[in-house]
Amino acid sequence: MDIEKANDTAIERMMESRPMLIGMGVARDVIPGMSDDLLMHAGPPITWARASGPMRGAITGALIYEGKAKDMAEAQALVESGKIKLEPCHHHHAVGPMAGVTSPSMWVYIVENKTHGNRTFSNVNEGYGKVLRYGAYSEDVQERLHWLNDTMAPVLAKAIELSGGLDMRALIAEALHMGDEGHNRNKAGSFMYTAKLAPYVAQAAPNSELAAQIIKSLGDNALSVLNPVMAACKAMAETAHDIEGSTIVSVMARNGTDFGMRVSGLGDRWFTAPVATPQGLYFPGFSEADASGDIGDSTITETAGIGGFAMATAPAIVTFVSGKPKDAINATLEMYEITHGEHKYFTVPPLDFRGTPTGIDIRKVVETGITPRVNTGIAHKDAGVGQIGAGLVRPPFEMFQEAFMAYAEKYGFA
Amino acid sequence: MEFIKTEIRSGAYYDSVVLMHLQRSLLELPGVLDSGVVMGTDANKEVLEQSALLVDEIKSAGADDLIIVVKGADEAQTTSAISRVDELIAARRGGGIEQDYRAKTLDTAAKMNPAAQWVLVSVPGRYAAGVAREALGLNKNVFLYSDNVSLEDELSLKKEAAEKGLLVMGPDCGTAIVNGVGLGFANKVRRGAIGMVAASGTGLQQVTLRIHQMGGGITHAIGTGGRDLSEAVNAATLRQALDALNRDENTKVIVLLSKPPSPKVAADIIGAARKASKPVIVNFIGYAASMRQVDNVTFAATFDETAQLAIQAEQNPQAETQELNLARFAEGQRYLRGLFSGGTLAYEAQLILRDYLPAVYSNAPLDKALSLPDPLVSQENSIVDLGEDVFTVGRLHPMMDNDLRIRRLEKEARDPETAVILLDVVLGYGSHPNPASELAPAIAKARAAAQEAGRYLEVVALVAGTDEDPQNMDEQIRLLKEAGAIVEVSNDVAARRVGRLTQALTRRGVNPTAATNPPVALQTLNQPLAAINVGLESFFEALTAQGAEVVHVDWKPAAGGNEKMMDILARMKSKK
Repeated sequence: MDIEKANDTAIERMMESRPMLIGMGVARDVIPGMSDDLLMHAGPPITWARASGPMRGAITGALIYEGKAKDMAEAQALVESGKIKLEPCHHHHAVGPMAGVTSPSMWVYIVENKTHGNRTFSNVNEGYGKVLRYGAYSEDVQERLHWLNDTMAPVLAKAIELSGGLDMRALIAEALHMGDEGHNRNKAGSFMYTAKLAPYVAQAAPNSELAAQIIKSLGDNALSVLNPVMAACKAMAETAHDIEGSTIVSVMARNGTDFGMRVSGLGDRWFTAPVATPQGLYFPGFSEADASGDIGDSTITETAGIGGFAMATAPAIVTFVSGKPKDAINATLEMYEITHGEHKYFTVPPLDFRGTPTGIDIRKVVETGITPRVNTGIAHKDAGVGQIGAGLVRPPFEMFQEAFMAYAEKYGFA
Repeated sequence: MEFIKTEIRSGAYYDSVVLMHLQRSLLELPGVLDSGVVMGTDANKEVLEQSALLVDEIKSAGADDLIIVVKGADEAQTTSAISRVDELIAARRGGGIEQDYRAKTLDTAAKMNPAAQWVLVSVPGRYAAGVAREALGLNKNVFLYSDNVSLEDELSLKKEAAEKGLLVMGPDCGTAIVNGVGLGFANKVRRGAIGMVAASGTGLQQVTLRIHQMGGGITHAIGTGGRDLSEAVNAATLRQALDALNRDENTKVIVLLSKPPSPKVAADIIGAARKASKPVIVNFIGYAASMRQVDNVTFAATFDETAQLAIQAEQNPQAETQELNLARFAEGQRYLRGLFSGGTLAYEAQLILRDYLPAVYSNAPLDKALSLPDPLVSQENSIVDLGEDVFTVGRLHPMMDNDLRIRRLEKEARDPETAVILLDVVLGYGSHPNPASELAPAIAKARAAAQEAGRYLEVVALVAGTDEDPQNMDEQIRLLKEAGAIVEVSNDVAARRVGRLTQALTRRGVNPTAATNPPVALQTLNQPLAAINVGLESFFEALTAQGAEVVHVDWKPAAGGNEKMMDILARMKSKK
């Protein structure tokens, strides 16, 4: 077995993936293994007892949305009794930002990898402020969810079909040249996404009033493309999984309590460790003391070579870490130390169009002590409040050490 | 009492992150309880409302308006805070110290500075060999400052380096000068024509700085580490460096410097130095040289003397170096035959030849073990004293009668193993009145015969006389030269000349062991110095100050020094 070759294969498969946004569907109809008694959530597996505030809030909100619970007590009873099961999105080829809770009736994006044929899914982005993914579940949150799913999604689904599909790899590559890094900053990507779909939304909508509302909703939300981007990253990253002997990370995800990771050559085992609290900037009235532990599947972007790894493409947000523009460059340069290769299609203009650092190698993380840089939103620790800031976080080092030792044992290096 | 001050700026766009930062800066001002700096979107106004900051004055702000709200306990402080917004924004824009990326691994540093030929390693000893090995793996030369590197590691590093044509200076190498740039601890020394190899850090510094003070200059001063001249290491680095300096056109004089070396290694190195085509000044502290000078090698006892001799050698380059032209000789030709009429001249020739040849037989040997069994028959290298009693019974001394020598000359010339014939021509009162008139035709004949047999015969004649001697020394020399002999007037010079030639013929076809390894590429030394520094930051700063292209590695032990994981990593790497 040749580790380098295995890793070459893993990142080659990842980079040559061509994720296309081909449509939308209702989760229970399109996601393999989705059932009416199941909620998918971000990160590695979690129980109600260990779930963080935002996760509990999001579960509650989703069960209210499904008409199965009226409040958190009822939601808790359903989950703890086992009547409602919790499973990671990643067990279903899906990803969701922050709490990532996706229920059977919710509409999801469908991304198909034209190179390898795999399909991945992600829910619809709700915008900023008090939203389900940050654990808010009040009536206005429910209302917005209903509008997004019941009113907007069917039109958007038709529009995507009319468009013939969106090449997400091309869209991400272009957005990186427009100041996005694909995780915390998706402004350019969201504009492009809106601009590409607007004509088809106009065609698909039953009336111009609704068309205008949908286009405005997409255009106002600088994160509207985040969920398709994440599904695209999942479509790319999962092709790097299960390569015998590969030390490349194929999943990184957090549920607010644990950071979880899977490694290509180590099967479906989750390596987990307690999450850290992000360092960053807070909205008025909030501080680090209010912050939830790190949460969300959006680390799939870093897994696929963008997000914090492409920080150099997004100098505008380097102030999240109270840095200078050069710190953005340095952040990306640091990630080359722990990655196997450089992306063929995602390039960094200020680094002379060098490819983004791609394919986290657990050996290099353990050797250098450098953990991946993750750009992230920050949720309030209490259910129902929502987003309170954004910043930077790193996964726990122990998790990489544990995976490294597991690898050494499995492959006879111990 | 709480005071809220607000400001709305229309048409001013700032990235939300800049605004969040500004807000934090406001919060740090004295007396500020809370603040909000946001664009006036509905979502943002809702956030302000949650924090009870959405006062009436700002409710009308639109999505393109910048809202600034400050809540304070004191009116003056609150007003002061909001008045400082522009200052705070400007402070951010002012930038500040921007730091270049610091590589965390050697791999990354090598990518950042692909021109780097050298890696300076000054990490703690137990990690140093690993870093040096990584550097060799990247085909870089190593300046290994770290001490406490085991002898086994030194041996394996130097072996790997030699196989790759790379240099490992050290371990425990404190100083070196490469192409005018000091590595480690080094004085600022003038560029010049003196090259140095030193197994002594302070020695290297002392000699280079004295050379500078005396007006000379340095091409390269290569450190080897203190153990290089031990028997175990066998001068692995010094040999490579000596060879490189010998090939380096800019280096006119070579200095070899060492702490007390292994005598065996020292002798071997002096042998190697004598093969150099340049003057070599040797200062091996405590090494007792049998003479002050051997060929191109001069021995110095002190640092000062070393510096002086080096400068002298540079200023008075030796006369043209001997052209050996071994190709002229037939394959079997390899021995020297000396046919002397002067007994002590024969002795001295044997003495001098000890520097060149393992054994010279004689009928009048310095060492009884080298006695010729039969004085009439030469064997291998031989010096025959034809003035010995055995030859002079019933005939004149060969200084007066050339007959015996001519017959012996013819005999030696017929021997296919003979390559060089050395003979003395002693002039003066009492000697033959015109020896060359007899010897010259014999020499010409012998050489012609050899040539006919497909060989080349070198004849060296030592003419011992003065220009006032009755034989007419000039005429004697002319005759001998015409016959094809090489004429010398000093026994020492003549003996060394044949010694060098015979030594070279003996070694012909024998591959020196080092020749299997590639030589150190001269670009290593002569390209503008570019390096990677792993360890002491002061070395990085010193190199930068000297204008070298350097990348510093923010080095940490692999796996945080966890030995178990380091071992596993090493195993994984070796499997590559």
